[in-house]
Amino acid sequence: MNIVSQSSSPAPTIIELEKVSRFFGSFQALNEVSLRVSAGEKMVICGPSGSGKSTLIRCVNQLEKHDAGRVTVNGVELGRNAKQLRAIRTDVGMVFQQFNLFPHLSVLENLMLGPMRTRKLTKPVAMELAMRYLHRVRIPEQADKYPSQLSGGQQQRVAIARSLCMEPKVMLFDEPTSALDPEMISEVLDVMVELADTGMTMMVVTHEMGFARQVADTMVFMDGGKIVETSSPEQFFTRPQSERGQLFLKQILQH
Amino acid sequence: MGHIIRRQRLWILLASSVLLAGCASNLQWYVVSPATESGRANLLFLAGGLKYTLLLSCTAIVISVVVGLLVALPGLSKNPLWRGVNRVYVEVVRAVPILVLILWVYYGLPIVMGLAVSVFWAGVIALALSDSAFEAEIFRAGIQSIDRGQLEASDSLGLGYFDRMRYVVLPQAIRRVLPPLGNQLVYMLKMSSLVSVIGMEELTRRANELVTSQYRPLEIYTVLIIEYLLLILLVSAGVRWLERRLARRDER
Repeated sequence: MNIVSQSSSPAPTIIELEKVSRFFGSFQALNEVSLRVSAGEKMVICGPSGSGKSTLIRCVNQLEKHDAGRVTVNGVELGRNAKQLRAIRTDVGMVFQQFNLFPHLSVLENLMLGPMRTRKLTKPVAMELAMRYLHRVRIPEQADKYPSQLSGGQQQRVAIARSLCMEPKVMLFDEPTSALDPEMISEVLDVMVELADTGMTMMVVTHEMGFARQVADTMVFMDGGKIVETSSPEQFFTRPQSERGQLFLKQILQH
Repeated sequence: MGHIIRRQRLWILLASSVLLAGCASNLQWYVVSPATESGRANLLFLAGGLKYTLLLSCTAIVISVVVGLLVALPGLSKNPLWRGVNRVYVEVVRAVPILVLILWVYYGLPIVMGLAVSVFWAGVIALALSDSAFEAEIFRAGIQSIDRGQLEASDSLGLGYFDRMRYVVLPQAIRRVLPPLGNQLVYMLKMSSLVSVIGMEELTRRANELVTSQYRPLEIYTVLIIEYLLLILLVSAGVRWLERRLARRDER
């Protein structure tokens, strides 16, 4: 599964952050962060809360505007151009901690909205696409239900399918299992592992270290708005280089 | 729930009929009695205003909802200039008493614009204008109450401003503002009585006219009150039906 990043000819860079900073008032959430994600790479970002990992991932599709530095996605530097931003957002799918499904639309309508309005697909084509991805996340039978009628795990799988219906080049996951009851975490992680196997480029903010170990090509550890450590999962989990990384792992793997 | 409402409605009707019966000795109900021919004619004359009250209110409501929404949207902009437009409109229009606005539109607008406004359209414009300022605030509150995650999800799907409003924000916001919006509709229906001052032949004007020929103000105005009461109970029931219908699809 790690063929792309380990092949001899380097895969093209799809996301690049150069010295990106982000302030909330006087608080600096990101402090000159630089990183590079190549096509097909799976990057897992971890770190204590408030370390800036959500802000980082949200800068990639500009839900959070960076105050300094450069964000380049698919060769396009992101600026204030709204039209260009919309075009980039169709290439970058996002899954949220709180699912953010549209409660007034059925599952199928949730999935069809983006394809029909943004990609201008016709209704039958959008419906076929939606059903295909609902099968992929294994809940085609819920197509006509409303989000409130589904369990948390099912809702998050719908949210993943909704993003996939845009047929993005990159998928961002912002703590996708943090709002779930424990027994529902694995059904969402299973879907994510399957997605990783298809070669999708993924950036995942998560505390699920088992998932990270299984899927990640690159581990990024953040603290205080900075990237403290970037390494392979083997190295990060067995001999983390930074003291803060060691401490974090000790706390998170204690139980 | 519906059971209680029905009981409430029954109670209101009972109370009003007791009121009418109890005072019968001092009152001359024959002017509006369905038992006599002249009474029937008077009642028909009074009810004849219903058409214009309804037509006036409905037209004004439709216009005010559209204008209210159009005024609410700039109030949510990040641009202070747009927000200023919203603020000025709401503050100015909201400050003018409806009666004054009706007089100003009917007598003033022809001078300003150089074109005569019919009584009907003067009433519609004044009511719609006045109401739109209140509705703009209701819509703004409703739209602001939508969770930020909904906007972020729309953004991440590449939806533009209008698609986001049309398909994600407004359907949820309108459901939430239905109770205060219903309130506003009832208020507007009542305020349509003020258009009688410029000669609109609606319910109140008809009652006034009948009073001048029959000299029985108490009886006739009591009938007028009952007319408005029935009309508004009907509107309330309609709004509640709509609320239930939308709620069935149900939120979190």
